Amino acid sequence: MRSRPRLLYVPFWLTYVFLYLPIVVLVVMSFNSGESAYTFDGFSLKWYGVLAEDERIRDGLVNTLIVATGATVVATVLGTMMAVGLARYTRSKVMDALTLMPAVLPDLVLAIGLLVLYGTIQLTLGLYSVVLAHGLFAMAFVAAVVRTRLTGTDTSLEEASRDLGAGPVVTFVKITLPQLMPGIVAGALLAFTLSLDEFVIAFFTIGNNDQTLPIVIYSMIRFGVTPKINALAAILLLVSFTAVIAGQRLTKIGESRAQD
Amino acid sequence: MSRTRFTRRLPAAAAAAGLALAVAACGGESSSSSSGAAPAAADQLKPDADLSQQTLDITVWDGYTPKELPEKAKAELKIKEVQIQTHDTNETAMTKLTAPGDSGIDVAFVSGQYAQALNEQGLLEPIHKELIPNLANLYPEATQLSYDKGNNYSVPYTWGTTGICYRSDLVKSEPKSWNDLLKPPAWAEKKVTMLATERWLALPALKSLGYSINTDKDEEIEKAKELLMAQKPHLLRYDDTTFGDRLVSGEAIMVEAWDGWCPTTDPKGNIKFTVPKEGSDLWVDTMVIMKSSKNKEAAHALLNYILSPEIHGWAAENINYKVPNKAAMEQVKIAKGSLLGTTPAELLNGEAAIDLGQASTKYTRLAQDVTAS
Amino acid sequence: MPRSPGRWLGAFVFLSPGLAYLVVLMLVPLALVFSYTVFQRGRFGGVVYEFTTENFERLFDPLYLSVVLDSLKIAALTTLIALLVGYPTAYLIAQLPKKWKTLALVAVVLPFWTNFIIRVYAWTILLSGPGLVNSALAKIGLGPLELLYNQGTIVAGLLYSYLPLMVLPLYAAIERLDPQLREASANLGASGFATFRKVTLPLTVPGVLTGCLFVFVPSFGNFVIPEMLGGNKSIMVGNLIRNQFLAARDWPFGATLSLALIAVLVVLLIVQAWAARRA
Repeated sequence: MRSRPRLLYVPFWLTYVFLYLPIVVLVVMSFNSGESAYTFDGFSLKWYGVLAEDERIRDGLVNTLIVATGATVVATVLGTMMAVGLARYTRSKVMDALTLMPAVLPDLVLAIGLLVLYGTIQLTLGLYSVVLAHGLFAMAFVAAVVRTRLTGTDTSLEEASRDLGAGPVVTFVKITLPQLMPGIVAGALLAFTLSLDEFVIAFFTIGNNDQTLPIVIYSMIRFGVTPKINALAAILLLVSFTAVIAGQRLTKIGESRAQD
Repeated sequence: MSRTRFTRRLPAAAAAAGLALAVAACGGESSSSSSGAAPAAADQLKPDADLSQQTLDITVWDGYTPKELPEKAKAELKIKEVQIQTHDTNETAMTKLTAPGDSGIDVAFVSGQYAQALNEQGLLEPIHKELIPNLANLYPEATQLSYDKGNNYSVPYTWGTTGICYRSDLVKSEPKSWNDLLKPPAWAEKKVTMLATERWLALPALKSLGYSINTDKDEEIEKAKELLMAQKPHLLRYDDTTFGDRLVSGEAIMVEAWDGWCPTTDPKGNIKFTVPKEGSDLWVDTMVIMKSSKNKEAAHALLNYILSPEIHGWAAENINYKVPNKAAMEQVKIAKGSLLGTTPAELLNGEAAIDLGQASTKYTRLAQDVTAS
Repeated sequence: MPRSPGRWLGAFVFLSPGLAYLVVLMLVPLALVFSYTVFQRGRFGGVVYEFTTENFERLFDPLYLSVVLDSLKIAALTTLIALLVGYPTAYLIAQLPKKWKTLALVAVVLPFWTNFIIRVYAWTILLSGPGLVNSALAKIGLGPLELLYNQGTIVAGLLYSYLPLMVLPLYAAIERLDPQLREASANLGASGFATFRKVTLPLTVPGVLTGCLFVFVPSFGNFVIPEMLGGNKSIMVGNLIRNQFLAARDWPFGATLSLALIAVLVVLLIVQAWAARRA
């Protein structure tokens, strides 16, 4: 745009420096040959080796993937159904608000609520107790995403289907679901991502012999700083970077196909 | 070296049994209802039981037993399987042991007052002394510890005390009193850390005031609180886990520390440990056998094995903590700077922390108030 | 509105599983937590079902009230800084050429994709006594400064973690603006700033409100950042709640603090909804 006051660039660049300075430091320090997390002694890949051999981190990663997958399945199925039910069969404001509530409530409140519930019914905690918990808040996000998609779709096909005597389930499976697919996939991806990084709820609801990656990292950092964590950060960064780029490419291909 | 040592564990720490004890209430009920099925009296354990039919699940602080212990014990005792799980604090151990349902744990390592709390919940199997002849290797003092006189439900594994760990090259004068921590001199401003777990948070203040660390008198606890609140602005932070690192890096120069966690063997040799003149505590980490265990003979055999001079001594050398085993300590090689040389008599100058029952909530409140202020 | 039996059936089929899930895992737990506020603590956690008002009296104890007020202050300050930095950033991003726009947006979100705990940890490396900032200061003959373990550090950590949540809704709001509006304003002789104040800003108020909410809510209830960057010395209401459940074994007081947390957020939501309607 023509009118871009120079002054605005100050906060603009400040934002990016602020966002990336700590990350750059982490990545650089991950190649440190020394023990210190603060002073760079020389280049080395040894911390990546140390990381690769760390069973706790490996187990944590596996647990995280299990939880995220489970939560995504629960959240996607229930969230999609909620979205359809809300958009097509009722116009209850209360139901709307209730569906979104897990996403709006502070994670800490949700976490202690679940802790109290599990304690009251004397449930032995494990990975599945986290799956249930993550499924809860992820469901809200899936429902929101799918609903956005639903408001954009044409209802005439569904109406035609119903007029021809198809029940709600048949209409849903044959007509609504295929139309919703992009929204459902987007919602599922969001659910998966949110669960991967979720710490607070997992911290309160996980069993003692299982740890997700964020919990492993948290307890490692509690015992002090180690370049191993820096190496892990660098790898996570690389993975997300690749995922974002791949995602961008895929959307572009999808868009160009759609235009063809 | 120092890293792995620091990450070993939270020593006799984590006074707040937290969530652990939180669930203990329920856990207690569920296990007492199931305890009818479990053998309770000594004569129901068979000294000649076939250990190759038994498996052991142990929970212990990370790195607190040498890595090879399970393999060694398996080979030596012909136990079918020995598995180690780790916990990082007493709190997490208590969570495991008191959670509803069967924990699946046979042997647990927890600090003395936690063993006492577990026993009060009816979760521990009495120690069948005839199955552990190596109890005779313990220092006589180690059989008369106040939380469990006579080792009725716990067997001590390591012991130590709490004091001031400091950088001899960076302090202007050697700390001698808890007041050096509580009212840090100008050169130590914001370079002091304190333990945050409630009983250890209160310890320096109580001792400097001349009170017992087991006091339940409101006015004494209140005075300690005032001292701690006045100290707070001068602290670097409260720290239970990384004070050793911070001393090595120079970020802190004087910290309240558990002896085994003070990195006195740091190669530069300028980290020292002292027990202030007002006195301190005696903490003990113990081994206990769970009442719910189905492998009690193997559990006793393991405890007996650990108490043998070779194994207990080997453990002490490997993890650098003092063990209350006379026969073992007599053959331990003491590394330069190591605190392993402290004698039981010196240790026993410390006051043993005991479980305070309902009054322990007063310490919880104190810790909450101090951190919130 | 569901009128026909088919509609009712549809609503039932699609909504009941999710609804049951919400009731069992959210509403029942919340009800349990709130009922705890009037009971006494059990020694090993849990509650003793004897009525007491002690938890609320304690909440208004100056000591604890000040923690709640501090948390409000910290979260509000974080939100304000995020807005002041985030608005110009979002404004500029919205006006970049398409190619750069995507890149700039992705660059804002990318740090968000590394682990939350690691992002916070990065700050301890930067700011600690022997850390990078102090080393740099030492080179120019300054410091060392006490950068870690105070409220300022907590604000920095919160800002770092949640700034993208401010930039994104602002960007969405600014992007939606019709550029012709601004051009018209400029053509009518309004200065850049006047255009901003009279046209751009009022039209983006909903975005501002959303961004503020997105930053304020997770900041206010946070316990990880104050714990890692506050050194257990400066604490927020989130730490208090966490400690009541995981360390102090005082579930009723923890529940009372949670109720206070939610009450503050509900008030804010109402204010936000009211402001959004007026805008």
